[in-house]
Amino acid sequence: MKTGESQGRPWAKWALIGLAALFLGVMLVLPLIYILTVAFREGVGVFIAAITQSDALKAVLLTLGTMLVTVAVNTLFGLFAAWCLTKYAFRGKRVLSALIDLPVTLSPVTAGLIYLLTYGRQSILYPLLQRLGITIVFAVPGVILATIFVTFPLVSRELIPVLSAQGTQEEEAAALMGAGTWTIFRRVTFPHIRWALLYGVVLCAARAMGEFGAVSVVSGHLSGKTNTLPLYIELLYQGYDFTGAFAVSALLVVMSVIILILRSLLERKGDKARNAH
Amino acid sequence: MGHHIKTGLLLCLCAALLCALAACGGEDGGEGEVVELTNVSYDPTRELYAAYNQLFSDYWLDLTGQTVEITQSHGGSGSQALQVANGLEADVVTLALEQDVQAVADAGLIEDGFVQEFDNDSAPYTSIIVFLVRAGNEKEITNWDDLLREDVEIVTPNPKTSGGARWNYLAAWYYFERQGLEEEEILANMTTLFQNVVVLDSGARAATTSFVENGQGDVLIAWENEAYLTMEEYPGEYEIVIPSVSILCQPTVAVVDEVVDRNGTREVAEAYLEYLYSEEAQRLVAENYYRPCNAEIYQEYVSQSEGSVITALSGDGAWIVDAVELVDIDYFGGWAEATQRHFSDGGLFDQIFGE
Repeated sequence: MKTGESQGRPWAKWALIGLAALFLGVMLVLPLIYILTVAFREGVGVFIAAITQSDALKAVLLTLGTMLVTVAVNTLFGLFAAWCLTKYAFRGKRVLSALIDLPVTLSPVTAGLIYLLTYGRQSILYPLLQRLGITIVFAVPGVILATIFVTFPLVSRELIPVLSAQGTQEEEAAALMGAGTWTIFRRVTFPHIRWALLYGVVLCAARAMGEFGAVSVVSGHLSGKTNTLPLYIELLYQGYDFTGAFAVSALLVVMSVIILILRSLLERKGDKARNAH
Repeated sequence: MGHHIKTGLLLCLCAALLCALAACGGEDGGEGEVVELTNVSYDPTRELYAAYNQLFSDYWLDLTGQTVEITQSHGGSGSQALQVANGLEADVVTLALEQDVQAVADAGLIEDGFVQEFDNDSAPYTSIIVFLVRAGNEKEITNWDDLLREDVEIVTPNPKTSGGARWNYLAAWYYFERQGLEEEEILANMTTLFQNVVVLDSGARAATTSFVENGQGDVLIAWENEAYLTMEEYPGEYEIVIPSVSILCQPTVAVVDEVVDRNGTREVAEAYLEYLYSEEAQRLVAENYYRPCNAEIYQEYVSQSEGSVITALSGDGAWIVDAVELVDIDYFGGWAEATQRHFSDGGLFDQIFGE
């Protein structure tokens, strides 16, 4: 049937493929080529100099550090939340489920402002934080908190469908046979959610790396301290350093591509694992 | 396979913790004689302070043997002031106008009398507002009247967030007032002017980027220093038009008392701003196209050529056009009054831009 259709209207197939290719070309390939051309237009030396500047390296480290902490926190939280929402029935479950989704529907700028108002100097919490010697906004913790917030549901949202499709029978059986909670998770639940979890982690990492809006509000744009890669790119761009801006953008693109490759590798392995079952 | 993933996850967690620890450890920075200073400034001063920070740290190292590490933050002047008021740890603020420093003072961070703390109303350099047009000036823009023409597209930042934009606005207002117009007519002209604005960015630098890199509009109303910097970056592509009247912009600097007292950086912070008035720094200021407040050095940079259109930078580095009629903020009754009348919520700018 499939072949019959495509033989009947070959133009439709080619038109659609052409349209998709055109779309990808205009939206993705052309800008990428442009970024790389500008990044290297003054030679490899300038490119390397741009990405090895001390502020650029600090921005890379901050971005990677923020990404790792974000992924760690959200993985842990995502596991708990997904487990809680699918394995137990309780009052307010729907509200909780909706609340978890809030960060993706909220504009990142608002997310940043929330933290600014809660932990900034005008907050009632501020004197207490001062006394404890804790700085949150306009410092690294604020950058990390804002990033965690905007990527909050990404892991749990990957896990919930898998866990709810799976039901609770296997866990109940294991419990009846005397397995402890940790053993049940490790031996029964985890093998099912492994790929979904990793997929969520990759998604979360990618999003954390590129976050601009929320971080921009709470970072204070301190060069070499709270500037993540996206903020650093903006700084270079507005400082007439277009080659530098595009060089660092290219670096960010490379990091994203690595994550994309990881993702497709994971997908393939996940498919294989599922077929083997 | 399961083991690999678990080990991977564990590794991730460990790495994350290590990074967090490293980030905390890095803040303390153990080497004895290092002082850290944070300067929160407005948009177009990036190049100026990049150069000045180098000059000052050399001077301070010679004087005291201390290495000073200066962290910069740049953005629209109004929003930068708000960030400091919200807890951004600035030892010094070098903002576009007194009112923005006042906002920080109103939040309780700076003691009163900061305007008198340093010479020349705590403004170590000044600037004026000019027009930047594309080479050839096809739309023949020569004065503020031309900005009212239907075929002229304007780029200027938003007076609500940008200090430079407030100076732009007041300069235009003064021009119309000086024509002998009544308030209603001025309001009508200002409304027409802002209807011609095609991009209203939040800061001066973003506005320059819109005009220069993204090709928006026919004229950029800009700080003089921003306009000259663009001429330097793109020789032959732009011209500066100096209107018949403009405004003397006094960017204000101040030590943030609450922060320096907490961090124990008062001495270096005060020296940092004081040194802006030194001869070396005043020359640096002039080389970055700000008008130095030192009268002798100012004269060194006064351009010999007459005329209100600058198509190329002169080779001798003298660039200041002295023959411009300048109004200052006192004409508007000081910043408190001007802010209240023009830029507060429901003020004249809201009427102009809301229509």
